[in-house]
Amino acid sequence: MVQCYSAQLDASFAALSDATRRGVLEQLGRSDASISELADRFHMTLTGMKKHVGVLEQAGLVTTEKVGRVRTCKLGARGLEEEAAWIEGRRQIWNTRFDALDHVVEALKRKEAIDGRTSE
Amino acid sequence: MGERVSDGRTAVDRRSERELVVTRIFNGPVRLVYDAWTKADLFQLWWAPKSSGVPMLACEMDVRTGGGYRVVFGKDADNSMAFYGKYLEVVPFSRLVWTNEEGDEGQITTVTFEAKGDQTLLVLQELYPSKEALDEAFIGMEDVMPEQFRQLDDVLDGLSARV
Repeated sequence: MVQCYSAQLDASFAALSDATRRGVLEQLGRSDASISELADRFHMTLTGMKKHVGVLEQAGLVTTEKVGRVRTCKLGARGLEEEAAWIEGRRQIWNTRFDALDHVVEALKRKEAIDGRTSE
Repeated sequence: MGERVSDGRTAVDRRSERELVVTRIFNGPVRLVYDAWTKADLFQLWWAPKSSGVPMLACEMDVRTGGGYRVVFGKDADNSMAFYGKYLEVVPFSRLVWTNEEGDEGQITTVTFEAKGDQTLLVLQELYPSKEALDEAFIGMEDVMPEQFRQLDDVLDGLSARV
């Protein structure tokens, strides 16, 4: 189970760790594009761009559809919400940490109240 | 950019390509909240919550301007990860600034404490040297916070299902 989650995350992080692939996501955020259009824009060979798109597709960030001889790429659901999900992930990390800090502050307040009473 | 997510308690803002700001109000006076950030025995209780499953093995903090800190997480000495850096600025009960030097592109963390009646408004800012460093800051926390990462994946799955 954990491995399955990790594999998905690894795929996402690997996909996002490359500047070209992040550029492709930004580009597709503006409009759908064919692989050859993307290759042109990023000054790459068709084969090179196919590889990048393959990695993004594997991670669920991009979907592709072949109509006739043209393969059109568009953002996958993950790509659309990538930034929002990224921030939500950070928020959850801090929220868990700060919930624990809440407990510590409550305990310190209780301790102060008890110490205050005993010293009176 | 400039995106904000909040559940009413903990708010996270991506203020710029290199900057993340986390805000939270704590139900206690500044002096207690500040203690929890600056006394090692208290800091250990919350920085790595029990639910993360990865205990804090060591925590040393020399909280003064120019002083250092070192926090070690792990299941045992052979499977551990150290986080360290130094305090650039320490203003008691008001402001802490420290470096994160375990990686090549470590962020500068600034925490401010502000009294709001009996409560404390805490603002934590992380400033990364580059957009890439902030984008990739997640990587490596996976081992420290497995549970939160599972939650993140649930969020991603939820978003995928909704679209």
